[in-house]
Amino acid sequence: MLRIEQTDGYILSDELRDAVNAAIVLERPILVKGEPGTGKTQLAVAIAEALDMPLLRWQVKSTTRAKDGLYVYDTVKRLNDARFGDGDVSDIRRYIRLGPLGEAFSAEERVVLLIDEIDKAELEFPNDLLHELDQMDFLIDETGETVRAKQRPIVVITSNAEKELPEAFLRRCLFHFIEFPGPELMQDIVRVHYPDLDQQLLEQILDAFFGVRRVVGLRKPPSTSELLDWIRVLLAHGWQPVAEDGSLPFLGVLLKKPEDLKRVLSRFSGERTLI
Amino acid sequence: MLLFAFFESLRAHGVPVSLTEWMSLLRLLHSGAVAPDLDSFYRTARTVLVKDEGYYDRFDRAFLATFRDVEVPEELLERVLEAMKKEYARVFSEEEMKLLEALPFEQILKNFQEQLEQGHFRGHEGGNRAIGRRGTSTQGADGFNPAGVRIGQSVGRHGKAVQIAEFRRFREYDRDRKLDTRNMRVALSRLRRMLPDGPPEELNIEETIDATARNAGEIELVFEPRKRNLQRILLLTDVGGSMSGYADLVSRFFSAMKDEIKDLEHYYFHNCIYDDLYRDAGRHEAVPSAEVIEKFHQKYLLVLVGDASMSPTELLYPGGAIDLFVQNKRPGLAHLQDFAGAFQKSVWLNPEPVKYWELTQSIKLIQQVFAMYPLTEDGIVDAVAHLLGRRRAA
Repeated sequence: MLRIEQTDGYILSDELRDAVNAAIVLERPILVKGEPGTGKTQLAVAIAEALDMPLLRWQVKSTTRAKDGLYVYDTVKRLNDARFGDGDVSDIRRYIRLGPLGEAFSAEERVVLLIDEIDKAELEFPNDLLHELDQMDFLIDETGETVRAKQRPIVVITSNAEKELPEAFLRRCLFHFIEFPGPELMQDIVRVHYPDLDQQLLEQILDAFFGVRRVVGLRKPPSTSELLDWIRVLLAHGWQPVAEDGSLPFLGVLLKKPEDLKRVLSRFSGERTLI
Repeated sequence: MLLFAFFESLRAHGVPVSLTEWMSLLRLLHSGAVAPDLDSFYRTARTVLVKDEGYYDRFDRAFLATFRDVEVPEELLERVLEAMKKEYARVFSEEEMKLLEALPFEQILKNFQEQLEQGHFRGHEGGNRAIGRRGTSTQGADGFNPAGVRIGQSVGRHGKAVQIAEFRRFREYDRDRKLDTRNMRVALSRLRRMLPDGPPEELNIEETIDATARNAGEIELVFEPRKRNLQRILLLTDVGGSMSGYADLVSRFFSAMKDEIKDLEHYYFHNCIYDDLYRDAGRHEAVPSAEVIEKFHQKYLLVLVGDASMSPTELLYPGGAIDLFVQNKRPGLAHLQDFAGAFQKSVWLNPEPVKYWELTQSIKLIQQVFAMYPLTEDGIVDAVAHLLGRRRAA
């Protein structure tokens, strides 16, 4: 039976491993949710590597429509060709380009398909994919051809939870929520980027970082990428994460919203010491 | 009847589990892809049955309620599967039963049996009421008392899953508890009304082809305006007094509103609306209520936020306003009725927990005027549905 056990360079928890294997067995898409910087996208890459399958990636944007993932019919090019007499305009197939979903279906071997940040699109977007993800086929209206999956791809869908996804869509997916890394896991993650960072300094930085995240009511708590930026700035200036008076330097790197900055400053400035 | 009890427990704890998902879980157990221990069961069941981390905590509680004191899992699974069909008849319709019949229960049972016999449970340290299994129990082979003896308090395989659930680390993600700006934004995002607006900047293919054809093949590009969110909301918030305790929650709600609704008008009141509303929370800059109604009632949806908790006299009597500088000639309730009557759609969001609503007379009075929803994630979702519902018959 096809299943994954461990992956190189990606820390796979028991929970996530069981979830992925369940998705493989049930041939259902797995929806992975979590804060930015929790490695959702990286999961698809790791699965593809572990199972030695090609990875197809569909990056969803606010303007993406479900049909774009299946195929695109390039009308303007055809119009243009008709106008200027380039190529054979009567062959409509020449103007049909398969999207990532279409390519995943028509691939000869089983692939991993990543539908990244599905919550970026319009609210109804996931519902427009129900049939395709269930039946793994679709019709090209313009040619009357049906594209059917030769091998059901392993589908990984990520969401930053910017929008609530429709019930009907959720029922068809398996779901896993990746928690924000705790201090121990975060150490490992930072080490990947800064292998030579002094251990004591790293611990101080993480203390301060998680202290900031604990402040109640933040609009946008700092994530892994902000932490890494902060470390870079601290190292570049050779500063300590906590100044002698208890204040934190370069807070603007961690916090992007003025309200958050104000909130944290009132907590960590002046005589007050951290933790 | 544990597996079934678990299903019931999930529903009782408010985890929305559909039959489709439940059958997927059974299919998975049947496939042999899940190790027959409670740890794997916990993880797999959560992946298949729960679709929102907001329900993780309820899942944990349902899991605890069912499995905290169970006998060893092999015992449980055997009995569960045997009695399952009988129990299902109680809650499922005939059609659903037919679907269930189609599942190979015998095989599911056999499958687990086989895995048990292959020694998957070797090293099992037992739960708090470990009972040796009749026949092939690996524990029996290791010499434990088959009659069922307590074998210590050590953590068994299922003990670990129970402990994870006991830890309840998803508590703060629960839909009723955690209400940060993002959750609220998600709940409010359904209010968006996307309509074409602004300068033409997007290519309209259909029109382009049409125009090009009519132009005898000379390409003619047709552009149209992009879609924008044109929803309009009038937000009225109660400030001061008993609302101070909810100041943080309300400010997060306001910020979420601002993110989602570009055309947002915001005014303040204290406890109840009288002749004036205020532009600022300090209530210095007054605007006549009638003027606000006049200005917005046609194109805006009305959202009020307040705990609606006050002395009934503040609602029912002229001059009842809590602030002495307000001398209202008409009772507060009449002013509220003015608003409710003028706007096509309106809701009242109340941060006060629902359980107190019945006990507060002023809440009950206001509920007769406005549809009231709790200021929780689910409450906002319901309120939005109400706002978008069909317009009231005139």
